[in-house]
Amino acid sequence: MGAEFVQLSLTPLLIGVLAAIACALPGNFLILRRQALIGDAISHVVLPGIVVAFLVTGVTATWPMLLGAAGAAVVAVILIEAIKRLGRIEPGAAMGVAFTSLFAAGVLLLEQSDTSGVHLDVQHALYGNLESLIWFQAEGWHSLADPVALAALPPELVRMAVTAAAIALLTAFFWRPLKLSTFDEGFAGAVGIPTAAVSLGLVIAAAVAAVAAFDAVGSIIVIAMFICPPAAARLMTNRLEVQVLWSVAFAALSAILGYVLAGYGPLWLGADNAVSAAGMIATVSGLILALACLFAPHRARIGAPKGV
Amino acid sequence: MSNPALELASEAGEQLARPVPADSPLAIRGLTVSYGEKPAVFSVDATVPARSMTAIIGPNGAGKSTLLKAALGIVPRLSGRVLAFGVPLAQVMHRIAYVPQRASVDWDFPTRVIDVVLMGLYRELGLLGLVRRHHRERALACLERVGMAEFAGRQIGALSGGQQQRVFLARALAQDADLYLLDEPFAGVDAATERAIIDVLKALKAEKRAVVCVHHDLATVTDYFDHVLLINVRRIAEGPVASTFTAENLQKTYGGRLATAHIDQLKLPAA
Repeated sequence: MGAEFVQLSLTPLLIGVLAAIACALPGNFLILRRQALIGDAISHVVLPGIVVAFLVTGVTATWPMLLGAAGAAVVAVILIEAIKRLGRIEPGAAMGVAFTSLFAAGVLLLEQSDTSGVHLDVQHALYGNLESLIWFQAEGWHSLADPVALAALPPELVRMAVTAAAIALLTAFFWRPLKLSTFDEGFAGAVGIPTAAVSLGLVIAAAVAAVAAFDAVGSIIVIAMFICPPAAARLMTNRLEVQVLWSVAFAALSAILGYVLAGYGPLWLGADNAVSAAGMIATVSGLILALACLFAPHRARIGAPKGV
Repeated sequence: MSNPALELASEAGEQLARPVPADSPLAIRGLTVSYGEKPAVFSVDATVPARSMTAIIGPNGAGKSTLLKAALGIVPRLSGRVLAFGVPLAQVMHRIAYVPQRASVDWDFPTRVIDVVLMGLYRELGLLGLVRRHHRERALACLERVGMAEFAGRQIGALSGGQQQRVFLARALAQDADLYLLDEPFAGVDAATERAIIDVLKALKAEKRAVVCVHHDLATVTDYFDHVLLINVRRIAEGPVASTFTAENLQKTYGGRLATAHIDQLKLPAA
């Protein structure tokens, strides 16, 4: 665990953990509001967003891409609301229609446009490039105190850290209105909580997390982290406060275990190449959820008969 | 057939003629709510007397719950004015406690009974106020009043329907309001819970607070309430139970759907 680890593995690990936590935090509330699919929707519409941003600007620079993705997320949220209201159909169906058609539009745009020469492909959007986010300037643990080396940290790490910190702070600050309006929207409205603003804020926070994370780690992790750690955490406890802490722990565990298994697992099994870290992280989070379903202490509560 | 425009105009005239008593805890004038093309509540007036127990009665889909929610501003209204204690309701929300239908929330939500009651203190605690011992003690006292103190640490999913309803009532008690609006508080509860809830509501009335319930059980109206509002999208009749809760008004409210035999069994006030 020396210089090589700091240079090659420390930053991807940190980015993976931060991305997982940033998505898992809003995921807790989205799941309880039966809106888990919205994470899925947002992470899909990121693709048309970045393609349009590329077509408009002609470059693959980070900020135009992120703005394009964020714009697409806003369009998707508005589209979902519009389909829900005009079509009078349930939210799940509206999300399904909105994100599959926007994602499909993104694929068509990508194929029809002249993007073959640049690094912009579906695979990148899905899996990200976590393994490549290395800290080139690092020479060992002492580089953490070296301003020159610190200045060369991958920008994805800084972005992800700021996003995760902002989401954690917002969740803590608005904890009461979030919890109250998630549990009982009518009562929350009657005690003066602006419930529509709370739900819009939650979706925007989820969109920000998804957009910040997709660039570094791809949509696959984003979708998995919105759902798997919070769902597993729900089975561990009957208190929302504790559930959120469990979800953070499960998200971090998935990211670390997934990264390590992707890098070394195939070698241990005698294979030559490592596998995608993003894919492995998502798989590990799914396995944690499966184990929680089988063994967690409060798994019987959901849907259990409640007597009179 | 009558001219709808004229009908509207005459109703508007009626509203102007209906004065708002200064001491009325809740006065609704010309409230209209629409979810789609058809109004759910159309131009309804209601005047809840001070220190009263009011029942809102009407068939399914008559807009009873919608009337409450629209009065509170939880669902948007197309038109109408709502006054509480003589001023626009939005200015005195802190004096009003609302108990939604028990079935409107997910009881698998990860929280404990005491936490639900503490939600009633939201206005006091604000965003970041710490829950102190005296808050906890007040919440426990409210649970005590509905006979649920021993369940304080219980997960809400482990409660029976009647117990859930009592927890909702305890949360409203924690708000220490002057006007209590309850949506079907007796729906699907056991006899012991019904007794416990009506005792608490009568105690509130004795403390000179006003109670309004959306109510579906016609058989208990005369026992529980002293004022009644009969609606079926429109207001059919309103007044003291003794003079308003009559077979004739019930027929008008429920159309032909209420069998005469059923009405005969009700303890209607003596004519």
